[in-house]
Formats: sequence, C-alpha cells, structure tokens
Amino acid sequence: MPIPPEDLWALAPEFWLTGLGLLLILLDLFTDRSRKGIVGWIAIAGLLLSLLPILAMLGQPARTAFFNTYAVDGFAVFFKAIIVGSTILVILAATDYFRGQTSYEGELYILLVFTALGLVLMAGSADLILLALAIEFVSLTSYVLAGYFKTDAKSTEAGIKYFLFGAGATAVMIYGFSILYGLTGETGLYAIAERIRTAPQPALVVGLSLSLAGFGFKISMVPFHQWTPDVYEGAPTPIAAYLSVASKAAGFAALVRLLLVTFAPTGFDWVTLIAGLAAVSMTVGNLLALPQGNIKRMLAYSSISHAGFLLIAVAAFRGDFGTPGLLMYILAYTFTNLGAFFVAMAVGQRLGSDVIADYAGLAQRSPWLALLMLFFMLSLTGIPPLAGFFGKFYILGGAINNGLLWLAIVGIVNSVISLYYYVNVIRVMYLLPATSPEPVREPPALRVALGITALGTLIVGLFPQPFINLVGTATLLLRF
Amino acid sequence: MERYVLTITVFLPLLGGLIVLLIPRGNDRVMKQVALITAALTFLVSVWLLWPFDIGRQGMQLEERYLWIPGIGINYHLGLDGLSLPLVILTTLLTLLSIVYSWRIDMRLKEYLFLFLLLETGMLGVFVSLDFFLFYVFWEVSLVPMYFLIGIWGGPRREYAAIKFFLYTLIGSLAMLLAILVLYFNAEPRTFGMLELIRQQPLARLPALAGLAFWGFFLAFAIKVPMWPFHTWLPDAHVEAPTAGSVILAAILLKMGTYGFLRISLPMLPEAFKQYAPIVAVLALIGIVYGALVAMAQPDLKKLVAYSSVNHMGYVMLGIAAAAAAAGDAAKATSATIALNGAVFEMIAHGIITGALFLIVGVIYDYRAHTRGVDDFGGLWARLPTYSGITILAMLASLGLPALMGFVAEFLVFVGSFGVFPELTVVAVFGVLFSAAMFLWTIQRIFLGPLNERWAKLPDLDLREAIALVPLAAVMIVFGVYPRPLLDVINIAMSSLVSGIK
Repeated sequence: MPIPPEDLWALAPEFWLTGLGLLLILLDLFTDRSRKGIVGWIAIAGLLLSLLPILAMLGQPARTAFFNTYAVDGFAVFFKAIIVGSTILVILAATDYFRGQTSYEGELYILLVFTALGLVLMAGSADLILLALAIEFVSLTSYVLAGYFKTDAKSTEAGIKYFLFGAGATAVMIYGFSILYGLTGETGLYAIAERIRTAPQPALVVGLSLSLAGFGFKISMVPFHQWTPDVYEGAPTPIAAYLSVASKAAGFAALVRLLLVTFAPTGFDWVTLIAGLAAVSMTVGNLLALPQGNIKRMLAYSSISHAGFLLIAVAAFRGDFGTPGLLMYILAYTFTNLGAFFVAMAVGQRLGSDVIADYAGLAQRSPWLALLMLFFMLSLTGIPPLAGFFGKFYILGGAINNGLLWLAIVGIVNSVISLYYYVNVIRVMYLLPATSPEPVREPPALRVALGITALGTLIVGLFPQPFINLVGTATLLLRF
Repeated sequence: MERYVLTITVFLPLLGGLIVLLIPRGNDRVMKQVALITAALTFLVSVWLLWPFDIGRQGMQLEERYLWIPGIGINYHLGLDGLSLPLVILTTLLTLLSIVYSWRIDMRLKEYLFLFLLLETGMLGVFVSLDFFLFYVFWEVSLVPMYFLIGIWGGPRREYAAIKFFLYTLIGSLAMLLAILVLYFNAEPRTFGMLELIRQQPLARLPALAGLAFWGFFLAFAIKVPMWPFHTWLPDAHVEAPTAGSVILAAILLKMGTYGFLRISLPMLPEAFKQYAPIVAVLALIGIVYGALVAMAQPDLKKLVAYSSVNHMGYVMLGIAAAAAAAGDAAKATSATIALNGAVFEMIAHGIITGALFLIVGVIYDYRAHTRGVDDFGGLWARLPTYSGITILAMLASLGLPALMGFVAEFLVFVGSFGVFPELTVVAVFGVLFSAAMFLWTIQRIFLGPLNERWAKLPDLDLREAIALVPLAAVMIVFGVYPRPLLDVINIAMSSLVSGIK
C-alpha cells in the first residue's frame, strides 16, 4: 500500500525531531569538549523550530496517519507542544548545571531530544504496538538520563531503580495489551473499539488493569509510584524536573486516548476505577510528602498527588469543564513544577544541598529566587490568582459537573493537606533567619528559564482566556 | 474618575506597595512615607465615594463591569451598596491608622509595608466584588499577607499561629469554592455573577444541593467570623500577630465572614438558610456566652480582647440568623430589617472598638511594659491619664454602654432578633452581663487600685499613638450619640435585602 503524502506531512514534527537528534550526534562528535554547550544551544534552536509545524497543526481537523496507527488531532498536538516546550526549558535551565559535572555533556542534550521524540510518539500513538514501542523508547533514554552521573552513587541507584521498576511495569502492560489483542484480534485502538463491545467483561477488567500498570508507572500513580521519590532524589535535578513534567504529560495523553477510544464503547465502568485511583494517589502522595525534608523527595511525592488530581480530570473527561480541565491543569502544572525544580536546581547547585532546611533565609539571601519559589509553591497549592488555582478550578468544576462531587471533596481536602508541606518551604525561606548572608546566584540561562516559568504561572492564572481558547481547540480527541 | 473610582480604590494600595518594593534598601523613611501617603490617599478616595454615592437609592452603585474570562462567563464586576460602603471606609481608615501605628517597625520594613498594602487591596476587593471568581481571588489574596504578617513579625509562637490561621481559612475557602461551582453549574445560563445568581435562585428547587452549598459557604464564613466551634485559630492568631496585624485581623478580616453571610448566603440561598437558621442562632448564642466567659478568665490582655471578639461576632451572627429565620415572612420583615441593621452596625462598631482595643494593648505591650498580664498592672490611671481615658472609653463602648457605638449595635440586634427568637435573645442579653462584668473587672485591675511601682515611670501616649487612637475614640462617641447617618446608609441596603428575599 502506498503511503499518501499528507501522512508524511502530518508527521513533520516527528521527522524534524529525528533529524535534529541525528544532526546533534554528528555535531557532538566534532565539538571540542570545552564547547559542548553549543550542542545544547543548537538543540534548543532545533526544538524551537519544531514548534512551528506543531503549532501550525493546532486548528486543523483531526485525522489519522499510517493506516490508523497514529492520530494527529488537537489533543495530541497540544501534548506535543507541552513536551517540546518543557524540553526546551529543561535544556535551557540545565546548560550550566551539567557543565563541569559530567564529561558527557553533549550526549545529554541528544538523549533529551530523543526522549522528546519518544514522548511525542506516545501522545499520538493509536496502535498498541506503536504505543508499546514509544513507551519503551522513552523508558530506555530515561533510564540512562536518570543514572547519568555515573560516579554518583545516588544517581546510579536512581538509574537502576528506574530500570527495574520500569521493566516490570512495561512487561505487565504488554501482557495487558496482549489480552486486548487476544479479545479482539486487532492492535489498532480504533479497530479494537469496533470489536470490543462483545468481549467478556472479566477479561476486559484484567486487560485494562494490567495495561494501567505501564501508564501508572509513567504518571507515578499509586500503587505504581514507589520509584518516584528515589529516582527524583538521585537523578540530576533537571532530569527529575523533566520526568515530573514531560514524561507525566505524555503518560496522561496515552492513558486518556486508550481509555476514551478503546474502553468508552464497552459497558465497563472505568470511571469509578480511575476515580478511586485518583483519590488514593492524591491522599497517599500528600500524606507521604508531609514528613519529607529533601526538596526533591517532597516534589516527588507532590507530583504523585498531582497525578491523582489529574486523574480526577481523566475520570471527568466529559463536558465543557472536564475535558479542558485536564489540559489546563497540565499546562499550569508544567510551568509551575518546572519552575519549582529550577529553583531547587539553582539552590542545589550553589549550596550543594537539596535539604529544605538549607533554604533558611533564602528571602534575605536571594529575594527574587525566594519570591519565585513562593509563587510556585502557592500555585502548586492552588492559591489564586496563580496558574495552579485555575487548573484546580477547572478540574473541580469538571468533577462537579460530571456527578463526581465526592471526588471533588477528596480533592479539596487534599489541597488543604498539601498546603502544609508547600508552606513549609515558604516558612523556611521567609520566616527563618539566613545562616549566611551570601546571595545564591543563578546562572543567566537558568534565570531566563525561571522567568519564563514564572511568567507562565502568573499569566495562566491572571489572563487565562487565550489559554482557554488554546485548550478548547485541543480537546478535539479523535474518537471512534 | 467616577467610572473607575472603585478600581482605583481597590488597586491604589497595591500600586503603592509595588512602589515601596522598588525603593532601594536602607531608605526606611521614604518607604514609610510612600506607604503612609498611599494609605492616606486610599482613605481619601474611599471617603470621596460618599459624594457620588446616592444614599437613598437601592441596589448597586458605581458599578464597573468588563469581560475578564468570557469563555466561562467571568467578569471583572465591582459595585458598591450600603453594606459595602461602610466596610470599605472602615478598611481604609484602619489600614491608615495601622500604618501610622507601625511607624517604629524597623525589621524587614519593605516587606512589612508591601504586605500591609497588598492586604488592603485584598480586603477592599472582597467588599466590592460582584463576581464570584473575582470575589474568591480577593478572598485568597487577603489570606497570604496575613500569614506572613503573623509569621514574620509575630510573637514567640508565630509560626504555629500563622500556619494554623492559613490552614483553617483555606479549608473554608475551598469549601466555598465547591459551593460556588455548585451554584454555577445549576444556573441557567451559567454565571459567576453574584447579582445574576441572586436573581436566578438556581438552587431554589433543589433542596439537597442548596443545603450542601449552604454548608460550604457556612464553613468558609463561620471560620472567618469565627463562630463557635470554629474559633480556635483566632486566639492564637490574635495573640501572636503584631499589633497592627491584630487590628486588621479583628477589625476587618473577621467582617469578611459576616459580609459573606449577608452578601451571599442570605440572598442566594434563603430557603436553606431559613431552614438551618436555628442552628446558626444557637451557635451564635454559644459564641456570645462562651466568648464572654472565656475572656473573663484570661490573664493575657490580648487574649481577652480576642475572646471578646468571639462574643461580639456572636451578636452579629445572632442578628443575621434571626433575619434568615424570618425570611419570606412578611409579618417579621420589620424585625428582620432591624436585626440586620444591628448586625451591620455591630460589624462597624466592633471594627472601630476592637481595632482600638488592640492598638491599646499594643501601646502598653510593644513599647512600654512588655507584658500583657491583666494582673501585672494596677493604678495606671494616675500615671497615664490619656491612655487610661481612651482605654476605658473603648472598653465601655465594647461592653455596650449607652451613648457609645456598641450600645446602638447591640440594642438593634436584640430588638430585631427578639421578634424572631425571643428565648435565645433573652439568653443573649445575659451574655451582655458577662461581657460587662469582664470589661469592668479588667478596668478595675489595670487602671484602679494602688499603682504598681514597676510602672511608675511609664510615659503617656506619644503623638503618633494619639493620632492612631483619637480618631477611633471620636468615631465611637459620634456614632454612639448620633448613629443616624451610618444607619441610613445601612438601612437602605438591608431593607432591600429583606424585601428581595421571597
């Protein structure tokens, strides 16, 4: 069968990213060790250019490419933009961080670009095999990234742990996929949807539950979350930031597509299952975040609870609040969580510590850094007029609108719990005296990245209308 | 100017605060001057509101309305009526006096002044917002600065008090957010406009949801008021907060709760409120008696004033609950109006009187005796005549002595609520006895009797303290003797509120 040329055009961003990655490999070979930063800058430029075809696709009608295996709809395009955008920000923030810490600086940018490619593929996959391949691809590069500091025991541990958990989760997921295939004889999500109506209920439950393991691992959903704190703590901070945002976003994209395309036609009540998982993830993540003394571990547990909050949106993915709710929250969370990690990066780099107690008096030492962290912490709590609040507002609205009031109540109880550990960071920065008057200076590139995330956090909260429009075009999920 | 005057009033403090932030470190004097000028200008603008404001007209005035987030029907909508106008002026007046009082603060001055002005913007915004989303934003904006004011400039247990305050109020806020969303999704067409929701009564036929929304709002407002048993954050916050923070907390932040009951619960969910009004009234009554009794037992002057707030806010809530119970009953409309007039008058009176009382405690504690123990003093009248005179005046006003502001308020509340809840009102009147006993006993212990020799050298009020206190004392007397101008403003709003509830 010949491939129509429109299909190739529809994959322009993916091709571009592949080409960019290959080009960077070559470039890295011929770059002097002291000037590897160039690879990073070219990566940023290339990623920025890849946003052009992605954004150009935003308003276009939804379609599939390559014989219904790859969806190109507003939903996927939105996630692609989030993934590429966060990759740019992470590289921008990390250039200074990696210099001197590793002699393999160039490869790191290359791996990040390839991870972005894998994540983009995850967001668009409409076929179980392609989905499994994309997830595996992302996992492989992520394992390497998490364990990148070979001489650092914690980083190595993070890599190994991530690998072991990931391998297990993927195996279980693929087993689940095989059950779905066995039930229907198809691998394409749209084709499965056509036949799944007649499938026996118990087999469906098993198939879905096993598949959830893989997604649950990627989005750090309870009970597949155990790797998160150790990996976030051990991995280089920019990588932890990346995993907490881009990897999670892509996981949600794939999960929502699988659930809505494949399972919506069955009579199976997956909404209750997801709602239950949402409640458990939020609560467990929040309660475990309370006693954390390390900022990266705290952010890890907080990211588990945010995964739970996002699952509310998955359960309520209907109507004019529920559907945009997920996307709005992801947008807000991307800016805010990246920002929080970037502050942790700046402080960790200068003080050599990720312990929250060492943030004492940061408001005196570096007022701007402390102020931004204040914004990010309040936004993660959901205090208006910051982005995080607007995301929560949408998700709670969606839950109420879809008859999940109990889940909304669990959500607000959890928001109150989360205030305690977010405010703890604020308390240490503002209420405690500084141990040394020396300011914590952040490198200029990181400053730009911080500025972008802070602006995003403010603007999404204060003037959300353009983002509502954007998200509105992105809710177009190609269904069966 | 008239078209934008509310926006100017609300955001002028924030603008001044941002200017303070831009002043380089070390220029303490300039920062204070900028903050003072900002607060004074805001006060003047808010007083100027009296001219364009037509006292005889019902409904909202000086409205401003622009699209903000049109995608989900959120507007930037401000307006002023007889309920919000006095609260706006109270806010600007007390912020101004607090900044005058805070002149001697030197620790982290820039942040202090910025937070104070940001807080003012938040509070003013709450009182003039007519869109729920906007209301919620301002409601939360007023939360964060107070956390810092308690946490950074507070007393020894400041961190505990600050986080307790933050957690309690956030629980309330989020419950309110749920209630707002329930209202929004049941409105047709969906809207966050408060006036539109009052007109639509979206939950009139859905008693279960109306009950849920009512309790959601109730939690938010009752924690803020605070009503018994949600009051436990208050003594901690008040005692630990710096003097000016306590003033703002008692005089204005607490009013946000009762304002919510009047602006939202009563007109938007009248049936549900009517149904649960007896519960609210009983809680208010417990607050009255409990607040007075606990205050009497306090050895700490600041805690004493804090608990007297629980007592006084109980009167406000009794009046509101009485009006809610009388909703839709034409025979009781007069009682309801009187009770509401009393409740709003008490809000203003409590703001003035308790604001003054916290300043008074600050004067003796911050810069003179450094102790607040009621029993540590004695015979101060002979040493500090001006200070003692103003204190005794404020305490008498607080206990409800006729010809002072507190009396008018309590009298109206009792007259109004007697027509609805006669038995409860009789008990509440006994609450007045307790608070009278409490304040008289306090006056006796601090100002009368033999002079404690430790305090033989204390100086009397200095000029700045006098500037902060004398206006409040004057207001207590003026509106105590001649409450009519203030009551006229309140009355139109309250009678239209009562007649609007079907």
